[in-house]
Amino acid sequence: MPSEKKQTQHTERERETVEQEVDQELYEEAEAIKDDIDSLLDEIDEILEEDSEEFVENFIQRGGE
Amino acid sequence: MALIKVMGIETEYGITVKRSAEFDPVAASTLVVNSYKDRAKRQVAWDYEQENPLMDARGFQSEPSAPPPDEESSAVINDILTNGGRYYVDHAHPEYCTPECTNARDLLIYDKAGELILELSARIAEQTFDGQREIIIYKNNSDRKGHSYGCHENYLVDRRVPFQTLVDVMTPFLVTRQIFTGSGKVGAENGTEPCAYQISQRADFFETEVGLSTMVDRPIINTRDEPHADEKQYRRFHVIVGDANMAELSTYLKVGTTALVLQMVEDGLIGDEFKLRNPVAAIKQVSRDLTCKRPLELVSGRRMSAVQIQREFQQRAARFVESRKEESPYYAIEADVVQKWGEVLDKLEEDPMLLRQELDWVIKYSWLLAYQKRHGLSWDDHRVAMLDLQYHDIRPNVGIYHRLLKAGHVKRLVSEEAVIHAITNPPLDTRAYFRGLCLKRFASEIHAASWNSLIFDVDGKSLQKVPMPNPLRGTQELVGELMQRCRSAAELLQALEGGAPAGPSNG
Repeated sequence: MPSEKKQTQHTERERETVEQEVDQELYEEAEAIKDDIDSLLDEIDEILEEDSEEFVENFIQRGGE
Repeated sequence: MALIKVMGIETEYGITVKRSAEFDPVAASTLVVNSYKDRAKRQVAWDYEQENPLMDARGFQSEPSAPPPDEESSAVINDILTNGGRYYVDHAHPEYCTPECTNARDLLIYDKAGELILELSARIAEQTFDGQREIIIYKNNSDRKGHSYGCHENYLVDRRVPFQTLVDVMTPFLVTRQIFTGSGKVGAENGTEPCAYQISQRADFFETEVGLSTMVDRPIINTRDEPHADEKQYRRFHVIVGDANMAELSTYLKVGTTALVLQMVEDGLIGDEFKLRNPVAAIKQVSRDLTCKRPLELVSGRRMSAVQIQREFQQRAARFVESRKEESPYYAIEADVVQKWGEVLDKLEEDPMLLRQELDWVIKYSWLLAYQKRHGLSWDDHRVAMLDLQYHDIRPNVGIYHRLLKAGHVKRLVSEEAVIHAITNPPLDTRAYFRGLCLKRFASEIHAASWNSLIFDVDGKSLQKVPMPNPLRGTQELVGELMQRCRSAAELLQALEGGAPAGPSNG
């Protein structure tokens, strides 16, 4: 049953191609998310209070409630 | 039968002034609160006669009450808002109380409106400065040096429910609900077990199971019982263990799930089967378990994780909500709360990081991890502490939560339009509607206000009090037409005196 075998091989090749495409898509998606996160981390670097050591140290509240 | 849950949130905000040599938190808070005017009319005093913070839910009065502040001075630091809420200085913090709401969606919207009110007033207040100093307001609960300030929830509960039943059911519920209500915190405080990061801002501060105090020796179940409503029908269930939340889903589930559990208690559908062996230790253990899976010991001998205990509550609530499909006016919101509650528990079970765009403690945790990784920082680095604090900064341009929101990394539940509308408009279905509209229309003729009354001064000679003991009267449905018809406060009072059937004080 050579034709059947051929068929199977064909399907496998197709599947591999599809898998590669999916992998590529996932990879691109992951890269996009990574870029997005990187640019947000850049933003955080920009907006985080500059004198953070002193700032955090001096942030003292009175108890409330 | 379960009562409609009339509820509200009161939040004390953290405050500091940048580049100020002598920062005085009381002066700064007063400046911020006084800067906000949603009425260009005279100040309305707060009527302290109605307040008795020492009344204990267990049925006794605890210590002699201190005299209330005199009306003259309270007017300076108090503002009743046209949205029916209250805005004032409490100790050394600006505090915003939402108006009374009947459902989680409205309460979320009014809680978020509070953030905008604080932000608006801080920017106005800054204009009186030299242009250098900056007021920064934080919606959090701790300075990470052992000082905590609260975000309290209030629910009106049927007085016929024995207080001990509330304690038995609500203690394990409140201890375990942190897994979705927590705002996240770097490190430990108050002499508790050290940790790198924990789920709750508040858990470290709870030292006892039941009590009246909110400032020292804090109890998981607070017994303060001031319903600000008919005391024969209602008791107040005052929740002080909650964190102030930035994330909308955290607030929505916090109040939505708690209201449902209280209703189930009223209907006798849940008992003491989840009582914990050591709630005070458990509240800290749950806060430190970022997997949400470590088992807790129950009095019954069972061992269950926080997620498992919450799932028991959620499954009962799902059946409860369906059973009331025809009778509950808030069925759609309740069904949504139960569904989201279930989805959150599924994700917490699978991997809490799946909620990195939805729950405060997970959002903050995921960004702290990313930031640490980028710069190779340890948990005790000051930049990590700064990021933790700045997550709660309410300024839209530099607050970390707000930046993530703007960048689409945080999910919303309600629209910005609805929140803006709620700054100056009351909810329609509680007495807050009557209060807010009277403030809007007749502010110059209102002498004083409290949660359950308005005192009018129409002719400058005599005062007239309109009591509002029923929080579900004074709604748009009942007084909307009357409010539209009356062109003056005098006309309104006359109509109410004439026994307008829908008046806020009837029933």
